[in-house]
Amino acid sequence: MLTLELFTAIFIAVMGAGTPLVLAATGELVSERAGVLNLGVEGMMLVGAAVAFAVTAETGSAVAGVAAGMGAGMALSLIFGFLTLTCLANQVATGLALTIFGVGASASIGASYTGAALVVTSAFKIPYLGDVPVFGELLFSLEPLTYLSLLMAVAVWYFLMRSRPGLVLRAVGDAPESAHATGFPVIAIRYLAVLFGGAMAGIAGAYLSVFYTPVWVENMTAGRGWIAVALVVFATWQVPRMLAGAYLFGGVTIVQFHIQSANLGITTQFLSMLPYAATIIVLVIISSNAMKVRLHTPAALAKPFHADD
Amino acid sequence: MLVKLERRAHPSRVMVAGAPLAAAVLTILGGSVLFAALGHDPVLAFHAFFIAPVSDLYGLGELSLKATPLMLCAIGLAIGFRANVWNIGAEGQLIAGAICGGGLALYVGPSGGALLLPAMLVAGALGGMAWAGLAAFLRVRFNANEILVTLMLTYIAGLFLSYLVYGPWRSPTGFNWPESSDLADAARMPRLLAGTRLNLGIVIAPAVALLAWIFLARSYLAYSMEVGGLAPKAARYAGFSQRRMIWLGLLAGGATAGLAGVIEVSGTIGKLREVVSPGYGFAAIIVAYIGRLHPIGIILASFMMALFYIGGEQVKVTLGLPSAITGVFQGMLLFFLLMSDLLIAYRPRWTGMRRASVRRPSDADA
Repeated sequence: MLTLELFTAIFIAVMGAGTPLVLAATGELVSERAGVLNLGVEGMMLVGAAVAFAVTAETGSAVAGVAAGMGAGMALSLIFGFLTLTCLANQVATGLALTIFGVGASASIGASYTGAALVVTSAFKIPYLGDVPVFGELLFSLEPLTYLSLLMAVAVWYFLMRSRPGLVLRAVGDAPESAHATGFPVIAIRYLAVLFGGAMAGIAGAYLSVFYTPVWVENMTAGRGWIAVALVVFATWQVPRMLAGAYLFGGVTIVQFHIQSANLGITTQFLSMLPYAATIIVLVIISSNAMKVRLHTPAALAKPFHADD
Repeated sequence: MLVKLERRAHPSRVMVAGAPLAAAVLTILGGSVLFAALGHDPVLAFHAFFIAPVSDLYGLGELSLKATPLMLCAIGLAIGFRANVWNIGAEGQLIAGAICGGGLALYVGPSGGALLLPAMLVAGALGGMAWAGLAAFLRVRFNANEILVTLMLTYIAGLFLSYLVYGPWRSPTGFNWPESSDLADAARMPRLLAGTRLNLGIVIAPAVALLAWIFLARSYLAYSMEVGGLAPKAARYAGFSQRRMIWLGLLAGGATAGLAGVIEVSGTIGKLREVVSPGYGFAAIIVAYIGRLHPIGIILASFMMALFYIGGEQVKVTLGLPSAITGVFQGMLLFFLLMSDLLIAYRPRWTGMRRASVRRPSDADA
């Protein structure tokens, strides 16, 4: 029977598993809305995770670690921006290069920490509210970055759909020529969107390595960056759907862990396939409505823009 | 703005050939800076990474051994990339090929005859095609993005191989290591040269490249695919089937990657184990690009990428650097190539300290 404690435990677990996806997908969503497809999310997350882990291990400060992870994600996204926005390189190829680079760089950075664990005391509670029985625990004692992820998702929704700068950003993603002719700095806006994507991916990586599983393992993101990219497609570039999708995937991960520990005789590897298989299945369901996807895709997605052409 | 980009009237032929070379030189320079930043003598590190591994026959053999799967995967990928079919799951198709070809060898056991090896190669290619074909089907039938599907299938293939070598295919005499029994002699690629580990694979891969070259240069189908990649609207107008392009692009990549997988298992490794490839399928994406999606270019580029792999192993031994630094080099190489490619279509013009000239609206949309 579903007791209240069990429900609270599952709720907190799902929120925790969904957090890195919300963070990374929120960043990617903004980038794609500005017309830039950055397939380097996995690489940016990994480098963010490695740098955050190293800095936290050396300084003992998780805050410094998360900030460093964010900075690392931004640095990588700047490389991506320079290549695709200034050098007009193919966005798909550049994103893949960024991921390959990130996998190698993170493994190199983390090499001396392999297997090391961080002792992070994150008995975080929002003062007073967190002490309220049941609801306090349910709503006010999640990880700080989980609140940040929700806050950012709501802020991005408001920014994109209700604010004038957000309208400009969407214009840059849908009709860069018109935005340029109107006098908006298309390239500068795209740079900012890409940097935001990098910062969020870096924080997502930091969340994984410093809070979620505070042990450094090579390739610890295990495809979450790619799932975040997929989530943006599932969500047809809309924030509320993206949130729903991220927690759905968080739920899949948690179900997988629970079946594993319940020892039902299902092989570990098949359970580990679940998130990837689920990604394919959801992608198929959403994409089969081609009309709907096309309607919502930013019209200039992945197309280079050069003002003088 | 000090430098302004002007679109060239015609793409620069010099840069088409020169950009990969420029990228290679820039990567080596960038790598030396990286080594210096890590506190190593850049000259020594350069020697350890690029020269020492290939200064004897054994090293050259190892280089060719690593170039083989890279070459095979990249050739198949290039056929798809030319048509804008983004198969980035060659790693998974390689694993599928390894499972099918290796599985056949394990099933037949020591009783296999002369036909076993060819049968394994076919099984491997078919396995890779099946794995890629799944993505093609989902793309054609449900419009599901092939980048994401092929990538997710790569994770699934890796986990399935892991299941096999931890479970039903685990060697009973292997001290519980997650690997299969050794393949029988009939299932192994013949060695070619004493003093090296070179096997028949190094002949098969260039042969496949040659076939691909003929296909790309001579066939109407390849022509229609290239039009589809360069000018999708023109291709549609000409009545070239987009579905056929997607199927062909993905199946070609799957077949060669599967072949690479079974050659790795039958040649270099000699059994199935949890990891059969250190990311050859991903590195092949870079090889395809550095090789300009052309079979001859790919053959050259695969040797360069192979050097990065053994260089990475070498600096691990001699300098104590993590071998993952190979990935950093791979990424840098593609970064520099993409950067240099800018100069194919554009010409940089020094505009001095003046403000950029006034744009005339009539020039818009060249």
